[in-house]
Amino acid sequence: MTSQLWAKISPWQRWRERMVVRGLAFTAMVSIFTTAAIIFILGEESFQFFTQVSVKEFFFTTTWAPLFEPRFFGIWPLINGTLIIAVGSIVFSLPVGLGIAIYTSEYATGWWQKVLKPVLEILAGIPSVVYGFFALTEVTPFLQKIFPNIEVFNALSASIVIAIMILPTIASICDDSLRAIPKAVRDGAYALGTRKSEVTLHIVVPAALSGILASFILAFSRAIGETMAVTLAAGATPQLTLNPLVGVQAMTAYIAQVSLGDVAHGTVEYQSIFAVGLVLFVMTLGMNLLSQFIVKRYARKYE
Amino acid sequence: MNPIDGTLDSQSNPAAVAGNTQPEPVIRNPLFQNPIARRVLKERIFYGAILAATVLALGFLFYLLFSIGSQGWEHLSWDFFTNFPSRFPRKAGFKSAIYGTAWLGGLTLFFSVSLGVGAALYLQELSNRNRFTNWIEISIATLAGVPSIIYGMLGLGIFVRFMGLGRSVLAGALTLSLLIIPVIIIASREALKSVPDNMRMAAFALGATKWQTVRDHVLPAAVPGIATGVILAMARAMGEAAPLILLGALTYVAFVPESPMDSFTAMPIQIFNWTSRPQEAFHNLASTGIIVLLGFLMICNSLAIVIRMRWGRKP
Amino acid sequence: MMTQKFTSPILEARNLNLYYGQKKVVKNLNMKIAKKTVTAMIGPSGCGKSTILRSFNRMNDFIDSFSHEGEILFEGSDIYHSKIDVTEFRRRIGMVFQKPNPFSSSIAKNITWGPKINGYKGDFNELIETSLRKASLWDEVKDKLNDSGLALSGGQQQRLCIARAVAMDPEVILMDEPCSALDPASTLAIEDLIHDLKEHYTIVIVTHNMQQAARVSEYTAFMYNGDLVEFGPTTKLFSTPDEKLTRDYIVGRFG
Repeated sequence: MTSQLWAKISPWQRWRERMVVRGLAFTAMVSIFTTAAIIFILGEESFQFFTQVSVKEFFFTTTWAPLFEPRFFGIWPLINGTLIIAVGSIVFSLPVGLGIAIYTSEYATGWWQKVLKPVLEILAGIPSVVYGFFALTEVTPFLQKIFPNIEVFNALSASIVIAIMILPTIASICDDSLRAIPKAVRDGAYALGTRKSEVTLHIVVPAALSGILASFILAFSRAIGETMAVTLAAGATPQLTLNPLVGVQAMTAYIAQVSLGDVAHGTVEYQSIFAVGLVLFVMTLGMNLLSQFIVKRYARKYE
Repeated sequence: MNPIDGTLDSQSNPAAVAGNTQPEPVIRNPLFQNPIARRVLKERIFYGAILAATVLALGFLFYLLFSIGSQGWEHLSWDFFTNFPSRFPRKAGFKSAIYGTAWLGGLTLFFSVSLGVGAALYLQELSNRNRFTNWIEISIATLAGVPSIIYGMLGLGIFVRFMGLGRSVLAGALTLSLLIIPVIIIASREALKSVPDNMRMAAFALGATKWQTVRDHVLPAAVPGIATGVILAMARAMGEAAPLILLGALTYVAFVPESPMDSFTAMPIQIFNWTSRPQEAFHNLASTGIIVLLGFLMICNSLAIVIRMRWGRKP
Repeated sequence: MMTQKFTSPILEARNLNLYYGQKKVVKNLNMKIAKKTVTAMIGPSGCGKSTILRSFNRMNDFIDSFSHEGEILFEGSDIYHSKIDVTEFRRRIGMVFQKPNPFSSSIAKNITWGPKINGYKGDFNELIETSLRKASLWDEVKDKLNDSGLALSGGQQQRLCIARAVAMDPEVILMDEPCSALDPASTLAIEDLIHDLKEHYTIVIVTHNMQQAARVSEYTAFMYNGDLVEFGPTTKLFSTPDEKLTRDYIVGRFG
């Protein structure tokens, strides 16, 4: 090599590059920092909370009245509120979402597909505060025509809009799962003399069951973590009930309610939102892990 | 043709050939009682059901957009954009919310892109798989499923209190950035993954380091995919209200932020505030605000689609 | 005659075993490449010839399951020695890949990028012209140096890749089946090019096309199933090979 024209790579340049890579490694650590920070904050404030309120009362009593004397800190009304809304939303969105997924993956022709995919993307992109507004101003009045004694704040209204909110998630994951079933499986069924609906319902859907199940759990997890829609639509009345026509308070709605007020740091009310948040975090984390586990364990690999 | 066994009528059913228009199903094996009519009916019901589901979704979207649009249209005026919120619905405007979202957006964009894309570059291109990166990937997967309100609590504890940033735009932006960084990392890694390997190999064969290769060849090729991911993540962040409520974004704000440390409001918060009021006049204002918010989000999404179509690559 | 050229080979493999995971794909290789010669490596698919080639410039480092035993010497020094800076080492050996892979930037940038990051201090325009001339591409692209490298035809792209490799002023150019993705006319053009290049550079070319090996190379190595079956002057190997296996391959009995 004509060495006059080629400089030796200066060690300083190499050092500079190493620093850049190290800096980027540091940015990658942000995610670990975030996870640790969440666990730390929730844990620390909850710990403070549980020095003032017994764990027994929190988990084993059924009245939630934390803001005024006499105070009660039984969390079950909040969990009840969250679950009744979430289960209600799954009841609506599960069949509809799966139905849409079956349609888009098995039946729809190009034009229809082209329309449906953007529609679902738009639905997925609408902020939850918009859904909350819609629930309060349109869905509840509509429901009042069907159930005249329904309250202004009610769980049903929240369930309906959350169902729409999680529909794109269910539809898209189920669609992927159904598409992942190879053509050969369907062909085998057709060759036995079955109709398309039978192949779909009896062969393809069961084969994709793990992915479908995972999508439901994931959507359920999202419904549990939803804040704005439940705050606006379901209200702020914590109570233990299975009646979807009355107002309930979800865990997230409680947290929002306290934050909107003037609550000083260090008080038991302030700490209570972190305790509730911890329960929420554990629930959603558990569900996300469950859905990942289901996919890993039960998804059949088609080579 | 016989739908069961595919035989042509003329082959198996002389009655059909003879002009009889109702072909009898040929049952060779009496054990196969084939209620074909019932199966066809079931299929029609099934098809109708899934079609109904699809139409339901479409219908709902149109209904939502139409009802909010028609309700909010009348308030959409220049005044709406330039007035501050007020106790009097007629005089109320969206100005502080728009400015707040703009401030929030700019700062969030800065933090989330620098941290998110940087992390993606490191994880995807510059590092080897080791225990450290495994922990990071576990973290990212976990964080992607955490509800946004919990990020609000994180922001409250760390940014507002521990770092003493108070109820500032900066605290809000940092919180929202943490919210969308996992999504940006995942999307950026996909974009980097889809850059074909032969380009990297050519660069390495010329005596380039990983960083030189990434900086000059891989990253430029991945920019459209990364940009799409960032825009979609930002659109999501700008629609979030729950974390900001936790941070104490004020709901009655009659000023615009002038520095990152100022307090602020944002479009979703203002909409929430108006919706919570009992008077219908405020509900109308809320719907107008929603039109502005959705309009902004639609611009973002269209931008992402345009980028994907023009410069995107098929994975 | 042969021993004289090979007293100080530019590349040498000594007792080399190459593994992908547990699988040994190259067995006990001892081979010398002489300076400023064209050496062809032939053999049926999977015999290990590409693996050896990629080991010469340590491109196999990027494959996680790859490992080696034995030595590869470049100008007498073990290339896997811990003191070696791999990226600097790769400056001195160029590689042309099976599928042309120019960068998506302009033709000019394709040529100048490698030298630039490696601290080239000369005139870049001169470098561009010289490299493109050496690759017989100058006349065709001199008016469109700012066009994208991807806008060229397959054969032109490959010559661009050769120009890019040549711009680094390497001592060895490794070619991994450089013509297999090209049409016959481009193939011939590149074979002529190899003829010109060998005056300045040592060339090792892997090819599954025996006629090509016979046309362009001075020495040929015949690999089979990870073993070096025979190595010798091309004219001898193709007319009177020592090994029966070689003869069978040459006449097309297998592979």
